Amino acid sequence: MIAFQNIHKAYRVAGVDIPALAGINLEIAAGEIFGIIGHSGAGKSTLVRLINLLERPSSGEVRVDGIDITALAQAPLREVRRDIGMIFQHFNLLSSKTVADNVAFPLKLAGTRDAATIKARVAELLARVGLTEHADKYPAQLSGGQKQRVGIARALATSPKILLCDEATSALDPQTTRSVLRLLAEINRELGLTIVIITHEMDVVRTVCDRVAVLDAGQVVEVGPVSEVFLHPQHPTTRRFVLEAEHVDETEQVDDYAHVPGRVVRLTFTGEATYEPVLGAVARETGVDFSILAGRIDRIKDVPYGQLTVAFTGGDIDAALAQLAARELTVEEVRA
Amino acid sequence: MNDLFTLIDWAEIWLATLDTLTMLAGSLLFTVLLGLPLGVILFLTSKRQLLAQPTIYALLSFVTNVLRSVPFVILLIVMIPITVLITGTSLGVAGAIPPLVVGATPFFARLVETALREVDRGIIEATQAMGATTTQIVLRALLPEALPGILAGGTVTAITLVSYAAMSGVIGGGGLGDLAIRFGYQRFQTDVMVITVVLLLILVQILQMVGDRLVIHFSRK
Repeated sequence: MIAFQNIHKAYRVAGVDIPALAGINLEIAAGEIFGIIGHSGAGKSTLVRLINLLERPSSGEVRVDGIDITALAQAPLREVRRDIGMIFQHFNLLSSKTVADNVAFPLKLAGTRDAATIKARVAELLARVGLTEHADKYPAQLSGGQKQRVGIARALATSPKILLCDEATSALDPQTTRSVLRLLAEINRELGLTIVIITHEMDVVRTVCDRVAVLDAGQVVEVGPVSEVFLHPQHPTTRRFVLEAEHVDETEQVDDYAHVPGRVVRLTFTGEATYEPVLGAVARETGVDFSILAGRIDRIKDVPYGQLTVAFTGGDIDAALAQLAARELTVEEVRA
Repeated sequence: MNDLFTLIDWAEIWLATLDTLTMLAGSLLFTVLLGLPLGVILFLTSKRQLLAQPTIYALLSFVTNVLRSVPFVILLIVMIPITVLITGTSLGVAGAIPPLVVGATPFFARLVETALREVDRGIIEATQAMGATTTQIVLRALLPEALPGILAGGTVTAITLVSYAAMSGVIGGGGLGDLAIRFGYQRFQTDVMVITVVLLLILVQILQMVGDRLVIHFSRK
């Protein structure tokens, strides 16, 4: 659906080129929710703006639905933009228009004149985002979560194929964030919309995304299914995001285990294995003792997972680890 | 001093008030017609905006600054040949409107430019992302969003025009300022001076009040 091919982007500041993106190659499939995570300054806002060409790449191609949009003239580019909705961190609603007029705005820009058509479409969209009774209010009268819902309704007005979310939940509290993310997942499911989410919060990625790319200093350092990237981070930046999400300080954690006897192992369960009594069964069979040092049982999108840091002592530890691995658990030695 | 307020020709004052109002209405109309597009162009051609054109911006900005730095009294005199060319006379209401417009347009254009700058960049970006043309962005998003600021600028401009209009009495522009100079200053009729000042004061008060009401009416923030 969306493909970046060897994208470079530099900003010219005081005669010097400051690189923002350096050689991005990325493909986003139709119908998926794709997360792009990175710290501020990693280039993620620039990257998402390439998809509707609010920013132009210095070199490289951006393909949307097979078309290289960087080669398009103004008029066809505007047509492409109507097929791509966008929501923003600060909502960017027109303060001079009511909720209903904000949602009707893209329709009117696209040349829809018939008042009845517009009215029906606006009513349908407001019902979808749960704001029917706020139609005649002005944005200033709404809460942050409600404003973002107006933003979503507005972005969906022209029935786009792609929805871009630029830090769409960063200005919202955790509870509102969850309800907005639920709405996005619902839209993805029911409308088959491709959604690209830019965020600096691993929690957002874990809650709704199918795949994720980790951006660091203008480069994609890791990309894959969220469970893969989240549970087995390879790059230091990814690992930092994961630890941040779990509120763990890596160095502190290693220090903590210094005085724990035995072999320290990280076990990762995914899917139904999460709920099976694997650890106890293996311990009984091999005679090892274990103590759980840290752990988390949660969900990545709809898949349950568990990740435990365990210290094994006594018995046949090698046999225990082999059995655990045989049961489709991922076993990583933290300290031998 | 017993003659105070007894020798006043009220009919003359009424005519002068009407002249002032005509000057104000006429010059404000043309100032807005010229200043609004100029302000929009100044904004659009400035750095990092939709139609960023450094050369055009520098040129327009320079002309605007030059016109704004000429004292209005001098502009009144310099403009005389041009005014005659446009209206056929340099006297009376018709003679006063061209210099008033030339004096106030750059001022109002700058206020429009500032009001547009106050609009959140995100709004332009969002409208652009919807596939809007530059014209649509200006007419449907920027101007409605900047309306309260533009109305406030219009109010300040109208009040400036009242004082400019009074000044045009110097070149025989008619209106209350003209009256104040001919009777109040040249014939030492202090009472006429006082009345014209009071009338001007009332006019300014009304303009400010109406302007404030309009700004509040159109503010949604």
